[in-house]
Amino acid sequence: MVQYLLKRLIMMVPLFLGITLITFVVIHIAPGEPVEMQVAMNPKVTAEARERLRKFYGLDKPLYVQYAVWVKKLAMLDFGRSFAPDNRPVVDKIAERIPVTLSLNIISLIIEFGLAVPIGILAAIRRDTLLDKGITVFVFIGFAVPTFWLALLCMYLFGVKLGWLPISGLHSLGSEGFTFFHWLGDLLKHLILPVSIAAFGSLAGLSRYMRSTMLDVIRQDYITTARAKGLPEKTVIFRHALRNALLPVITLLGLSVPGLIGGSVIFETIFAIPGMGQLFYGGVMARDYPLVMGILVIGAGLTLIGNLLADVGYAVADPRIRHGGKGP
Amino acid sequence: MKESFIYQVFWKRFQANRFALTGAAVVIFLFALSFLAPYITPYGPDDLDLYHVLLPPSAAHWFGTDDLGRDVLTRVIYGARISLLVGFVATGIAVIIGTVIGLVSGYYHGWVDSILMRFTDIMLCFPTFFLILAVIAFIGQSIWYIMIVIGLTGWMGVARLVRAEVLSIRERDYVMAVRALGARDIRIIFRHILPNALSPVLVSATLGVAGAILTESALSFLGIGVPPPTPSWGNILTSGKDYIEFAWWLTLYPGLAITVTVLAYYLVGEGIRDAMDPRLTRK
Repeated sequence: MVQYLLKRLIMMVPLFLGITLITFVVIHIAPGEPVEMQVAMNPKVTAEARERLRKFYGLDKPLYVQYAVWVKKLAMLDFGRSFAPDNRPVVDKIAERIPVTLSLNIISLIIEFGLAVPIGILAAIRRDTLLDKGITVFVFIGFAVPTFWLALLCMYLFGVKLGWLPISGLHSLGSEGFTFFHWLGDLLKHLILPVSIAAFGSLAGLSRYMRSTMLDVIRQDYITTARAKGLPEKTVIFRHALRNALLPVITLLGLSVPGLIGGSVIFETIFAIPGMGQLFYGGVMARDYPLVMGILVIGAGLTLIGNLLADVGYAVADPRIRHGGKGP
Repeated sequence: MKESFIYQVFWKRFQANRFALTGAAVVIFLFALSFLAPYITPYGPDDLDLYHVLLPPSAAHWFGTDDLGRDVLTRVIYGARISLLVGFVATGIAVIIGTVIGLVSGYYHGWVDSILMRFTDIMLCFPTFFLILAVIAFIGQSIWYIMIVIGLTGWMGVARLVRAEVLSIRERDYVMAVRALGARDIRIIFRHILPNALSPVLVSATLGVAGAILTESALSFLGIGVPPPTPSWGNILTSGKDYIEFAWWLTLYPGLAITVTVLAYYLVGEGIRDAMDPRLTRK
């Protein structure tokens, strides 16, 4: 187990370097430079000043030097400063956005797993019945609907037409003066639309996966044995089948970890939520290279760690892997 | 002889799946629509009519008209061409890259496999939509870039699937036999291994088309999708969103088109998967 962990940890170094390399390449295949963007609006900037700006940002050096400098700084967790006029460290900018996105996504994830796992299992147990088919259609529609479109329609219906729910931001105006429960209720009200739409959209993958895993388990010999022993169906399903079907959920949870800090550009734009997605989108549009690179590297790096955690979690939970000494 | 038997079994099972058949019918219908577009609608996709702006749905304009008086139904039908094109080309690129990498990786083992698979792992770490967003925004907005970038960021699943298939196929007796007969690697890979590894690829390709259509629409929503005036479902919807309060038809119909199409592809993909799954044979 320790050996397995060590091997995985060492493997992470070249993978992480690969991540930085791809990020760097992606950013630099683009024509145009951030300096161009800054000065394009300002005719007063001379060629000389432009050169000085490039030098200031280190853009005058050859690419491989820029890369080396950047990676060296990364190793010390220095992501550089934003190109935006405020010129703040990228890490600070990211750090203040993470809590918003993270909490929003954790709530969505809990709802997603809380709904998808039971309905997937239900569909498997009641296979080929009307219920199974209904669930299938429901989750597929959730997958097929463009989330931003559904969000627009819901905002229009519940926000504008019916006036039941707020449609943008996380707090109402003047929420600073609210009592705590009033403040919390206000926040929850703002969260209803984004969270439920996000959960609806992501039901399909997990619930279908649960369904097929459960079907696989039900076909196993030990389930037949359990039934042959004369155990009631309930015991067979809940004591024998469910446990084994739930095992892969650990992996899926681990795989969801990286998605927690990103992947919500659309939602954050549409609901005006000041999170990571909005920050990234703004950074991309302004060609704020350090910011974009920072978010990509942190996002991919967290995925790497998430994958490791998922595999380790799996190894801890599944004795076959733990004692086999070989990773999945 | 044996091959045709396999297809018969496949087809029989696919037909028994009503969801999949419905999906297939919708897909065929969409193709017919996009090929026959000029014969179906009396309007052109770019015909402006400033006297008939933002008209609600009527007999003359089934889906109403937009802010420039263009017929929304016409634009949705022509949009099908663009959205399907994006879906197919992007998926084609992803499938070709993924298949080649998977084949090479699975067939050659060793360090080639290690390098290619680690590269795949790295690509899988990135939040795909962020990556697409950044690249498109930096290199510029064009339908070709969009298709290429969606393709370049979508091959990893296919590569893993193909590799897994190849790993099991390459140890089979018939491959050994072909090798003993002196066939070259290229021939073994493409003639004897690839055809047997194609089925999972077909499934992910079907799902890939659906995914690419959704991605394009999301890019359009952020203002960097297929550039107007070329109608794609994404940009029709996006240009309509500002009018949602008094012209809901601009937003509703293109969104429905996306939903129905993606759903259809998804059902077909699932149908193919189920029909090919040997475990489902004994019911």
